[in-house]
Amino acid sequence: MSARDRILQRLAAAHADHGQPAPDPGAWYAARARNESAAERTVRFASMLEAARAEVHRVNAGNWVQKLVDILTAKGIANLLVAPATAHGAAARDGLAGSAIACLAYDRPIEDWKAKLFNDVQASLTAARSAIAETGTLILWPDPQEPRLMSLVPPVHIVLVEASSIHATFFDALRAENWSAGLPTNALLISSPSKTADIQQTLAYGAHGPKELVVLLKEEA
Amino acid sequence: MNQQPIHFMPTVGFRERSKAVVENEFLQKSFRGAMDFLMAKRAAQFPDSGEFESLRTLGEQIRQNSLAKLPELLTRLEANLTRNGIQVHWAETPEEANAIILDICRKHGAKRMVKGKSMVSEEIEFNHAAEAAGVEAIETDMGEYILQLAGEKPSHIIMPAIHKTKQQIAKLFEEKLPGVAYTEDVDTLIQIGRQVLRQKFLEADIGLSGVNFAVAETGTLCLVENEGNGRLSTTAPKVHVAITGIEKVVEKLEHVPPLYSLLTRSATGQNITTYFNMISRPRQPGEKDGPEEVHLVLLDNGRTQPYGDEQLRKTLQCIRCGACMNHCPVYTHIGGHAYGTTYPGPIGEIISPHLMGLEATATLPSASSLCGACGEVCPVKIPIPELLIRLRTEVYSEPRPDAKLRGQGAGHSALMSGIWRAWAAIYGHPALYRAYSWLASRFNWLAPSRQGGWTSVRTPLKPAGKRLRDLIKEQQ
Repeated sequence: MSARDRILQRLAAAHADHGQPAPDPGAWYAARARNESAAERTVRFASMLEAARAEVHRVNAGNWVQKLVDILTAKGIANLLVAPATAHGAAARDGLAGSAIACLAYDRPIEDWKAKLFNDVQASLTAARSAIAETGTLILWPDPQEPRLMSLVPPVHIVLVEASSIHATFFDALRAENWSAGLPTNALLISSPSKTADIQQTLAYGAHGPKELVVLLKEEA
Repeated sequence: MNQQPIHFMPTVGFRERSKAVVENEFLQKSFRGAMDFLMAKRAAQFPDSGEFESLRTLGEQIRQNSLAKLPELLTRLEANLTRNGIQVHWAETPEEANAIILDICRKHGAKRMVKGKSMVSEEIEFNHAAEAAGVEAIETDMGEYILQLAGEKPSHIIMPAIHKTKQQIAKLFEEKLPGVAYTEDVDTLIQIGRQVLRQKFLEADIGLSGVNFAVAETGTLCLVENEGNGRLSTTAPKVHVAITGIEKVVEKLEHVPPLYSLLTRSATGQNITTYFNMISRPRQPGEKDGPEEVHLVLLDNGRTQPYGDEQLRKTLQCIRCGACMNHCPVYTHIGGHAYGTTYPGPIGEIISPHLMGLEATATLPSASSLCGACGEVCPVKIPIPELLIRLRTEVYSEPRPDAKLRGQGAGHSALMSGIWRAWAAIYGHPALYRAYSWLASRFNWLAPSRQGGWTSVRTPLKPAGKRLRDLIKEQQ
């Protein structure tokens, strides 16, 4: 008999299942649902993120690329990693054309340029799939165009998020988007720049991930 | 605090280790300060006790539901992970778990491992097994990295280096890291760690992590963290191995948000952590990063023992937030190392006897004043004080051949039992009691000056020269 079978046999011998009632998180969240407008929710989302040391900029479809260029210039950033196969990645690349900021593309497997990604890339731009107001959280589902390390390795991470995609809670997000029907290779919640309090409970930013989290919060013009 | 021995022997030296910490004024102050800080941060996250009570009731239901269906959920988790391309391994003992992980290393020729924070990897003492097998296993959580440089073990499950000061860490970095000058600036120290470990992430050929929740419904491994080292360990190397105890499974994805909220608010008083990392697959065709292979090791190591007992099963509801230790007056005075176990504090006192047997852990269930704080703050309502009393009973009762707990009766003493039996007889029979109390008051000068554990910190007990009944009689 294998280790697996022995473990499962010991567990089964306990006859622990007495048909207890199933937990109902839906009812718990429904009972605490806020009656708030989309605008109020957007404000709550932005203020939670700002309280967690993220920079939030209100933008719209017409001005976000210019805002991006301005932010990069103000921070003295020399290069930006984008996903050129996405609409926002292509728009950012076009916006940076002719500027002093180099545009880099995550267009090949990590093995071909790992050291460069770790050592040379200064900032990245990704989209967020949606967001959570309660905790000021960005939801990212990395994919072949916008891989996992893009939002992790560069010291500055810039995220474009639509205000219309903000859910009230994490629970609402996964219910509304029906996550249980299929999750990607990696799904992420990001709520602040990387941080640690491992030395004498003193909060320090930029532990292993991005030192700065910049959010471009895109609203209807 | 001294460097801890490589292998854990909780019972041996528990008193001595505790005494050393209690007598160290500096450590007393620093533990007190750290625990006060964590308690205040947690309290600020639960301003509404009604909300807290209803959320922890939901958390308790979710964990009890997971445990009730555990064999079925583990089978479903395995089937869904396998369907997603994640390889599942089962280990009954730490030795088996270490062998499985090292075998994966060997197959890939992996010599450089980066580790995200994993208490289960501490439990199986993986780093020693890795070293013996020629695999360099680097801890990448800042606190764990500091302890690895110092050759110490974590003293807290959430804040592993809570016993260390920035001065000690400054000195440690100066001594152990080439070209690093002494600095007490915390930001600078963290940036030094970041630079050293970034190179390790770049070079690593395998990553190891723990798991906070394993979702049976979708075949997903969830990891909670702030630093980003967990994401790097599970994304940058070409192979990722996750290890977890068999109890960490939950049935549905929608069970995760309440538990995650309870975990971060109870642990560090954060409304959410920086990252919540949900892994469901290895790298798929066309994807440009992520590990090509993902493995999950499911560890028993004694967990099936409490599972077999309805009361003790509640031990397995734990989501490892550490709130019980933050609120424990004993932990605050003796610190994490004194316990001599991977999991210190109240949760350690109730889980370690199952992982290590009651022989090795006989003193632990008594390392509590039963004040009840641990049970009150537990986000999944584990009745820790009740379980401590149960384990005390198991330790000190007469050994039974049909005992279900390993090491039952380990603390039993025939002399002690005899004394208590005599006491019960005397106090149960009025005539016997009268005779005994008459003798005890007349011959009170015979009371020994050393009375075992009682006199180690107290003055000896001596019966009064006159009994209460004699005094009353004189008054009448």
